[in-house]
Amino acid sequence: MFQNIGELIVLFWRTLNALPAVVRQRRKVFDQLFEIGNASLLMACILSLFIGGVITLQTGPVLAERGLSSAIGGLVGLSVCKELAPVMMAILIAGRIGSAMAAEIGSMRVYQEIDALRTMNINPIHYLVLPRMIAISIALPILVIFAILIGWFGGGMVAVYNEEIGLTFQAFLGNLRDVVDLGDVANGLFKSFVFAVVIGIVSCHQGLVTIGGPRGIGRSVTKAVVNSIVLILILDYFLTRFLMYLE
Amino acid sequence: MSDEEIKEAAPPSHSVGVQVKGLRKSYGGQPVLKGIDLEVKRGEIFVIMGPSGSGKSVFLKQIIGLENPDEGEILIEGESIHAEGVMDKYRLAMVFQSGALLNSLTVGENVGLYLSEHRLKSPSEISRISNEKLEFLGLKNVRDRFPSELSGGMKKRVAIARALVIDPQLILYDEPTSELDPLMTVTIGKEILDLSERIHVTSIVVTHDRDLAFGVADRIAMMNDGNLLAVGIPDEIRHHRDPLIQKFLTADFNLNDKEPA
Repeated sequence: MFQNIGELIVLFWRTLNALPAVVRQRRKVFDQLFEIGNASLLMACILSLFIGGVITLQTGPVLAERGLSSAIGGLVGLSVCKELAPVMMAILIAGRIGSAMAAEIGSMRVYQEIDALRTMNINPIHYLVLPRMIAISIALPILVIFAILIGWFGGGMVAVYNEEIGLTFQAFLGNLRDVVDLGDVANGLFKSFVFAVVIGIVSCHQGLVTIGGPRGIGRSVTKAVVNSIVLILILDYFLTRFLMYLE
Repeated sequence: MSDEEIKEAAPPSHSVGVQVKGLRKSYGGQPVLKGIDLEVKRGEIFVIMGPSGSGKSVFLKQIIGLENPDEGEILIEGESIHAEGVMDKYRLAMVFQSGALLNSLTVGENVGLYLSEHRLKSPSEISRISNEKLEFLGLKNVRDRFPSELSGGMKKRVAIARALVIDPQLILYDEPTSELDPLMTVTIGKEILDLSERIHVTSIVVTHDRDLAFGVADRIAMMNDGNLLAVGIPDEIRHHRDPLIQKFLTADFNLNDKEPA
């Protein structure tokens, strides 16, 4: 485990050092961005619509019963933008994109494509890791923006159409505006950026250390997804503490 | 061909000589190379032959610098490959057993990858050079196809074309005819010979294919269980008295030897 953490830190450091090469790799960054967006945007929208909806469904009737229905907008707004959107989108991306990264790089490793790159003096970190890291670090916060907006919309819809809550959309939105400020959204976006770096580095690392043919690729994919999710959930707590301290 | 003739045939300015001294490599305490010493002369086709698992491919990985040996030294033109800047000074290329073409790129992009990634030529120039190298190996109309659409023999030839783009001074071939039919084996063997003559490149070929080895080699090294059993010109190896070498060279199906059930 400690060896893995050490390797992750070394890979992250090397990727940071490779940053100046990003201009030369911009085409690959765009390709990766397109792939991530294409694979995840629709899923992210559907997921966040229902997340917002279910939060309102769970909390709305309880608050309405106690005459606090006007607080629903703020509750849904805060929980979606600070917690649910960044964490759920990160888990979605770990499953959809992290697994694909580990599988692609892993198969390149197993079928000697990475060795071929090295014999041509092409650094696999510049060629493979850097574009993926940059793309996921841009794409995940953008997806989270979509997720926040759609999550709020989903929450609002349930608040309006659920008979036990019966709020107007204006009232829901008004309360949301009173409670949630830009800092809260930035809080969620910062978290999602850190999660993106974690998913990218864990998945690329698992790909690069793949050994043993197709079974090895399968193992790497599983490890990439599981390790990313575990790290996201652990880091989420510490990031929340850190951001609360800053507030 | 004698050693002197080999030296004369190869212009020293292009091809390079390789010296290996006391090379040892282990994996998890299991020795794979047990002290290899040999010299490959400029411009020659040097074949390393031996059964599967004898350490041939590991040996190639040490020479190209993909792995570092536990002990010993590899010298190119007298300079250690592990010294600063030596690997950048010489142009080495490797043709992998599987071809190792990047599946996400087209054949043309694969062949021009070295030039495009190092920004050595303009896109139109890269395209021209890729076409030229592909045609050099008799590959036409494959530029825009993906590696998954090619046959095994075509993949190997594309891999050779990709190696040629570097304008190599030393080409390492790892099992270049594995998984190929006899006709394609002959074609690849001819390519290796042809390249050696046309661009005067030093070639190290690792194979367990006896026909290929005797068909192309200037000299052959026989390897078994991480040791070199013998090095010599093909005739010397063919008539070598070592029982392991003779067993490898004469192994054949002989159904009459089969004991009755």
